Amino acid sequence: MSGPVVSLTPQEYKTEEHPIWCPGCGDFGVLASLYQSLSALNILPKDLTVISGIGCSGRTPGFVKSYGFHVVHGRVLPVSLGVKAANPKLTVIGVGGDGDGFAIGGGHLPHASRRNPDMTYIIMDNAVYGLTKGQYSPTSPTGYQAGSTPYGNTEQPLNPLAMTIAYGATFVGQGYSGKPKELTQLINRAIEHKGFAFLNVISPCITFNNTYKVIPAKLKEVPADHDVTNQAKAFELALQNDVVQLGVLYQVRKPTFEEGMHQVITKAQAASPPRLDEIFSEFS
Amino acid sequence: MVDCVFRIGGEGGEGVISTGELMTIALARAGFEIYTFRTYPAEIKGGHANYQVRVADKLLLSQGDHVDVLMAFNEEAYQKHAKDVPKGGVIIYDSDSFSVPPSDHHILYPIPLTSLATEKIGIKLTKNIISLGVLAALFDVPFEKFAGLLKDRFKKKGDAVVQKNLQALQVGVDYVKSMQKRDSIRIGSGPRTAKELVLSGNESLALGAIAAGCRLYAGYPITPATDIMEFLAKELPKIGGYVIQTEDEISAIGCVLGASFAGTKAMTATSGPGFSLMTEMIGLAVVAEIPAVIVDVQRVGPSTGMPTKTEQGDLYLAVYGGHGNCPRIVMALNNVEDCFYGIQRAFNLAEEFQMPVIVLSDQYLGHRKATVPPPDLAKVPIISRRKPTPDELQKGYRRYKSTPDFISPMSMPGMEGGGYVAEGLEHDEVGYPAASDHENHLKLTQKRYGKFIEVEQVSNEMCRIHGDEHPEIAVIGWGSSEGVIREAVQMAKEKGISAGALHPKILYPLPLARIRDFISGTKAVIIPEVNYTGQFATLLRKRFAYDFIQLNKCVGLPFTPKEILDKIEEVAANVRTSRQPHATRV
Repeated sequence: MSGPVVSLTPQEYKTEEHPIWCPGCGDFGVLASLYQSLSALNILPKDLTVISGIGCSGRTPGFVKSYGFHVVHGRVLPVSLGVKAANPKLTVIGVGGDGDGFAIGGGHLPHASRRNPDMTYIIMDNAVYGLTKGQYSPTSPTGYQAGSTPYGNTEQPLNPLAMTIAYGATFVGQGYSGKPKELTQLINRAIEHKGFAFLNVISPCITFNNTYKVIPAKLKEVPADHDVTNQAKAFELALQNDVVQLGVLYQVRKPTFEEGMHQVITKAQAASPPRLDEIFSEFS
Repeated sequence: MVDCVFRIGGEGGEGVISTGELMTIALARAGFEIYTFRTYPAEIKGGHANYQVRVADKLLLSQGDHVDVLMAFNEEAYQKHAKDVPKGGVIIYDSDSFSVPPSDHHILYPIPLTSLATEKIGIKLTKNIISLGVLAALFDVPFEKFAGLLKDRFKKKGDAVVQKNLQALQVGVDYVKSMQKRDSIRIGSGPRTAKELVLSGNESLALGAIAAGCRLYAGYPITPATDIMEFLAKELPKIGGYVIQTEDEISAIGCVLGASFAGTKAMTATSGPGFSLMTEMIGLAVVAEIPAVIVDVQRVGPSTGMPTKTEQGDLYLAVYGGHGNCPRIVMALNNVEDCFYGIQRAFNLAEEFQMPVIVLSDQYLGHRKATVPPPDLAKVPIISRRKPTPDELQKGYRRYKSTPDFISPMSMPGMEGGGYVAEGLEHDEVGYPAASDHENHLKLTQKRYGKFIEVEQVSNEMCRIHGDEHPEIAVIGWGSSEGVIREAVQMAKEKGISAGALHPKILYPLPLARIRDFISGTKAVIIPEVNYTGQFATLLRKRFAYDFIQLNKCVGLPFTPKEILDKIEEVAANVRTSRQPHATRV
């Protein structure tokens, strides 16, 4: 089935399944930028795996021509790791919301960050549980009032950028669904990054937590002279109060999970030929 | 005829287990069948440990009912185990550690192991090797088997270490020359000349997984399953595979499903607590129809329970764990050799039927060692999942299309035209979500359960019968109890009782036809299980209106043959006198 490789247009990454998102949902913007990036980087659907958890953004694999895997709540990263271990050549894009990635699945994020599989993890952060109709999420502000917090949320929101920089993710960036051109460029950089690329995308929920009016005033481009390899400076940017940083805060090259895997296999095979009967003989 | 049980007991972390293992391999090399049984403390260092090895010149089916020779390194070992040594049995003990009053009941050999070690070798821990010299000389196990083994074991540590160990072995041998032998046990050399492997159940299972084509293992350390991961971490990379130690068991099964989705045969192994965590994703494997092998080396539960003790308590979880209508295959492994072939069958079933296969082992089986013939790689042909044809890929591939046998061709990333979404949501034949289509849900549920028609046939084929095929007193057991039950049935038949045992390998779906045939005409059916409530008996009662007699043991230890024989005899006597049979707890 080989032949001349013709790149697909962004439109051609669309499937027959239509997004069920509310009109005006930020996730449409993320999806459009994703189509653009896949086309720009010429990633063929057969070599693309899109893996999602549960939530509004969890439906994404169905909308992207690819091999998709819509897993259980919070387990995007473990399943992605298994896919990469099985076939390192695949482009793996994990997608999910702030609840999926930071609440129920939050325990996997430090480990994906330190293992550094060569994949992209896009969080569509709307700071709310949209699918279950508006309960507060780990990124909802203190004071947020909804069904499960009728007297106001008394907890502190977490800071996804500071958290992943601290975890040692080798790429940490943030985008906004309302700035599609910049977002496409960010997704391009994330996919092209060799290692675990964490991309937090502010993607407002028009129905339960409409932040379209407040976000634009908080947006701030990462300074052009920022040294992305400086973890302390990246941390400083991430910790700035009441600011939504846009751009890449941190990016370093470290050995990937797949490179480590390759190294172990090479080491094991140098010591012993790859034969089953050789293994048996160790036990007599 | 040789059939002798040695038990070594002492403080954990002081070499009890390694002494037992050296003894085991030396006896195997001397040409005998061996069958070990070990219990060890939950403490990392300290606590009481013991290692038992039964040695015989015939096939061994169980750990035995008593101890012929006890080697007690400390008084606790003597206090705990002397009761298992019958009258006339041998007790060897470290007379530097404690003393035993003279008795007519046991043959006592006090030996100053500690002072021999410190005075003759200068290293206290060499008392373990001295004790092996004592055992070799006293029971006439060929000295060169021990000497050769010590050379193999310690050669990496250098010649000085080898010489110290050989010297210690000789100290034990020489000491025996100064004693008078008062027992009649003689081991000598065994009948077997062909080389056999000495494997634990966990090692055998791990080797079998490699042979089955498993190339990715993901797991989280948990007793008593951890050694499967450690074994594969060393061996899998040699043939291009890999082991991931994940952050928890949820992640472990996630990796397995991801890898299998991407086309690699993958497995995880755990014990009860980890298996409990995995149940949600068992459902995902069912609905998305992804082959997966999940091994549960059972230990005592619930919760943290008794991590180093054995139980058959996870059957309900294996069969019913998870929400929704959730068909999976549940298998149980029977003995060390079966771990090798059984796990290959598990992979084959997972691949063929595209569903999770849960494989139940337990601490008793996982951690005991036995001599097994070198594995026959041709015995279980490797089966891989059905893949779409080029034609199917080109003409609108439907991942979950309906077929006469309910199995749909499964594409994998990299295949042109094979893209789909493996969906945790209820979906249609293409894979598109269909969370509001009522009729479709029934149709797809029927598809997933439809596979059971053929699995049940396999289940019927994968049963073994021991003793009479149509006995008066029947036994149906599962998992690691097979050998013990088989030995008990033999003993019962020798006593003139018409007894027979059926041992299914697949517990879910049940081999209904085979069980129906086996129990028709019997006068009583006993279900022995190492759990409190009789989980297998409950499964059977759901499908058979039969008054099964339960025999349950719930003390963290496996059955002994005599416990099952006693029940068979009691039930046989009741049947003769038409008394109502009743359940027993050992």
